Amino acid sequence: MTELLLLALGASLVNNFVLSNFLGLCPFIGVSRRFEAAAGMALATLFVLTIASGLSFALWQWVLVPLGLEYLRTLVFILLIAGVVQFTEIMVRATSPLLHQLLGIFLPLITTNCAVLGVALLNVDRQHGLLESLVFGASAGAGFGLALLLFTTLRERLDTADVPQAFRGAPVALVTAGLMALAFMGFAGLGAR
Amino acid sequence: MNPDAVFIAVLVAAALAVTLGVALGWAAARIEPDADSLVARIDALLPQTQCGQCQYPGCRPYAAAIASGAAEIDRCPPGGEVTVRALAALLDRAPRPLDPAFGVTKPAQVAWIDEEKCIGCARCLPACPVDAIVGASRQMHTVIAAQCTGCELCLPPCPVDCIELRPAMVVSLRYRQPRAA
Repeated sequence: MTELLLLALGASLVNNFVLSNFLGLCPFIGVSRRFEAAAGMALATLFVLTIASGLSFALWQWVLVPLGLEYLRTLVFILLIAGVVQFTEIMVRATSPLLHQLLGIFLPLITTNCAVLGVALLNVDRQHGLLESLVFGASAGAGFGLALLLFTTLRERLDTADVPQAFRGAPVALVTAGLMALAFMGFAGLGAR
Repeated sequence: MNPDAVFIAVLVAAALAVTLGVALGWAAARIEPDADSLVARIDALLPQTQCGQCQYPGCRPYAAAIASGAAEIDRCPPGGEVTVRALAALLDRAPRPLDPAFGVTKPAQVAWIDEEKCIGCARCLPACPVDAIVGASRQMHTVIAAQCTGCELCLPPCPVDCIELRPAMVVSLRYRQPRAA
């Protein structure tokens, strides 16, 4: 239990996927303009990450390893992630057409969110079991969502701030992201994996 | 690597792709129709001008409001009586006259920009719900007539009043002619 808790803490805060591993930066920059869209994106990514890490573990454990096809993992995981993302899109479109419109192209782009593939590959590399994989995926998703939502609120404030001409828009957003990453480095003192 | 291993690898990847494809197809067919079919069918009857005269941000939100009972069916001036009757038939309600509080029905129209007067301020671009205005800052703007729904939303932001509405010569690709159900 403590083991799982430490794993969750490590994946969501200490080794936050966005702010210390620099994975999944495109939605981090792309969907952080409006809070509603960011919240939807955070939930969708959390959903995809959890499902995809569970399924990719199952595929690895019961298909790829027995058949000696470990070298196929990147291809197969990408295929799997694409499928899960497509399923998520169908779900979102059916349950909330407005959110579907708000997320636009960024919803299918979860497929190319490197955090999702990163979690699937890290699960395999660290030899996580099924439960560990699910916890790792969910907490990575929660960490991604946390970073995205915090960053979005900062950016909404930046919109009204008096920023020097040369730094307006993306540059000041990137500087802010860097400062946030520095702040998150503080969690390294927690000593979790 | 022996040929068998390659064969198995291809087989596994293909099997996974086919499984995912079938599962997604099933999910799409299963989930889509019942969730918001009424909203979609109401939306299909609305003229898609996205003009906001019904006090909702666009046709789809208005359709959702009708479906949930939050709004009456008499709020769509661009659709006119025809649309009200079609909606009444779809929803099995009594047709009612259009509520004049939300505007009056006009013949199909498109926006036209007087390019002599346009100063290229780009303020009409974000106002357009269907992105039918082409232009950039300090460049003259123009309207793609085939995309324009004649919603009049570009008139208020224009500082020099260079936009006017003219009778539509071509039927807009976006605008759906009011039709009976």
